[in-house]
Amino acid sequence: MAILEIKNVGKRFGGLQALGDVNLSVAENTVHAIIGPNGAGKSTLLNCLVGKLIPDTGSVTFQGQSLLGRKPHEINQMGVSRVFQTPEIFADLTVMENIMIPCFAHRDGSFKMNAFAAVRGQGDIKDQAEAILDDVNMLEKRDMHAASLSRGDKRRLEMAMCLVQEPKLLLLDEPTAGMARADTNNTIDLLKEIKEKRDITMAIIEHDMHVVFSMAERITVLAQGTPLVEDTPDNIKGHPKVREAYLGEAQV
Amino acid sequence: MFGLTAKNTRLLFLVIFLVAFAPFLMNPFPADSAMAQFNAGYPDLMQRFVIFGIFAIGFNILFGLTGYLSFGHAAFLGVGSYAGVWMFKLLGMNVIPAIAASVLVAGLLSVVIGYICLRRSGIYFSILTLAFAQMMFALAASVLTPITGGETGLTLSLSDPRILGAAAVDGNIPVPSFFGLEMRSTYELAVGGWSFSFNTGYYFCAIIMVLAFYASIRIFQSPFGLMLRAIKTNQTRLNYTGLNSRPYTLAAFVISGMYAGLAGGLMVAMDPLAGAERMFWTASGEVVIMTILGGAGTMIGPVLGAGAIKYMENIVSKINKAVLEQWFAFMPDGMEKAFVTVFDMFTGKGWHLTLGVVFMLVIIFLPGGLVEGGQRIKGLFSRKKAQDTPSDAAKTPAE
Ligand SMILES: Nc1ncnc2c1ncn2[C@@H]1O[C@H](COP(=O)(O)OP(=O)(O)O)[C@@H](O)[C@H]1O
Ligand SMILES: [Mg+2]
Repeated sequence: MAILEIKNVGKRFGGLQALGDVNLSVAENTVHAIIGPNGAGKSTLLNCLVGKLIPDTGSVTFQGQSLLGRKPHEINQMGVSRVFQTPEIFADLTVMENIMIPCFAHRDGSFKMNAFAAVRGQGDIKDQAEAILDDVNMLEKRDMHAASLSRGDKRRLEMAMCLVQEPKLLLLDEPTAGMARADTNNTIDLLKEIKEKRDITMAIIEHDMHVVFSMAERITVLAQGTPLVEDTPDNIKGHPKVREAYLGEAQV
Repeated sequence: MFGLTAKNTRLLFLVIFLVAFAPFLMNPFPADSAMAQFNAGYPDLMQRFVIFGIFAIGFNILFGLTGYLSFGHAAFLGVGSYAGVWMFKLLGMNVIPAIAASVLVAGLLSVVIGYICLRRSGIYFSILTLAFAQMMFALAASVLTPITGGETGLTLSLSDPRILGAAAVDGNIPVPSFFGLEMRSTYELAVGGWSFSFNTGYYFCAIIMVLAFYASIRIFQSPFGLMLRAIKTNQTRLNYTGLNSRPYTLAAFVISGMYAGLAGGLMVAMDPLAGAERMFWTASGEVVIMTILGGAGTMIGPVLGAGAIKYMENIVSKINKAVLEQWFAFMPDGMEKAFVTVFDMFTGKGWHLTLGVVFMLVIIFLPGGLVEGGQRIKGLFSRKKAQDTPSDAAKTPAE
């Protein structure tokens, strides 16, 4: 069953056709990788899913409901979380506060006027936040300012912020870019572990083929705004068109 | 205590202490000494300290937490003042209905203005609020004269109905009171050369300011306050985290508008007249300066900023040429003239120049405002202590 259905989506920026005619369906509880060269339109496609951009043509449905025209916070409340290509975190707040905000959003919805409750008094939120920080090995950094984290830690923090909301669909835009190899492997393990623990669908954009081939169950290759092929990792590896268009002389 | 962290409880008690003993603290010099003009312990000025403190505390909830810089908050203060005076005219001289009406009317107006202005952020938001406030000012000064008294302002008169109280007392307009307790009544205490004034109105305002400060601390440490701070640092992330920033910013805007209305209501409770100049853009700018000078986003900063500015406005502005000549009388003639001329630019009518210089120095050297200054002084002391006991310092380097 497809949890996400993208049909005939097109998007132009002035004279540039960033997305041509994208048809893509992501099956429930799978890890679906989207790969392609820089400028292929991968991030643009994600932007069309989360309410950042409205596509010129086509439709996007999540669990049978259209996502087009919905606000970002509404799409998130439906169960779609996104990790951005450049980490979007609350830089002026502490790591712990960064994590608590999505916890509140998950528990209380998109707005709650709790101006007289104390943040300290929210035991359940604190427990949740600490558990996920432990999962990403950042518990000892809980009181640090998010701005002072390393690039890799910022990514892990953002990922933890998304995971703690227990999304149905997690969109990851190059989640391991800028990470050391050890951190990359930790990230792969973390995502696999989450996947084993509960139902979650992941759409992952990634340049690191190690990450792609150790996680993905389906792969779509995007080039110049149109899907070239979609297949299993094994078939993609040997696909001549893919080698030519994207992998080139890359070591696969 | 009271649902506050230990640190915030200390802060609250510090503020309670300061306002409770302000009549002493503000009057450190004997009444007939040369320094007496630096005394600020007279009722009128102390009332202004706490009233503008409330205004700035509320402004800080919007600007300090969310980063939305409103340039039109004086409109809410002005509207609150008008509403208060109208209650005195229609109902009677009890300050409670007047203040309640001030808060309510300012709150309603801020829902409307906030709803429109918050469609934009950054400089566009600031400009929109400024435009609205200037429109309100223009309306109050001209078209709405029947309601606002136009340029002369709204005053009480003997012919007002005052259906819940006496329209006149001994042929005079009655004065604002809290269930009979007159706001203007003052107890003078003379000790030696000193004299201290304990004014009912001041303590009434002070109690309300402590409550307003307490409420602001609660907001700061609440999940709601956390969301407001999140809006300031990354509104995009907040939206993609499933939170709708609009109702949060609107709630912050309305709360700060109600604080401004409360301040306007207290102003007329102390002195029952209201004028359009209270809504002029310079009045809106003043609360911005108070908040930044004290430390935007800190809890106590706005109170300090309001105090500092009102002190300068009332004390520095009273140092006129004659006073300066007296100060520098000991100097040779030419030198005295030079000193008096230079200082005169910064005192008396020139107090704005002093304010400008102080403001610039604070912004450049203490971007966190007076609060940052206090923290640095504290830091100096604790570093000294650490040097005295190096073994301790080695164990707790973070302290
Ligand atoms: N907001 C935008 N305005 C104009 N052009 C854009 C915008 N976003 C992306 N593009 C262009 O669209 C193309 C696809 O970009 P993007 O989706 O970021 O590629 P990818 O993520 O696959 O590297 C690029 O040529 C990029 O310059
Ligand atoms: Mg990209």
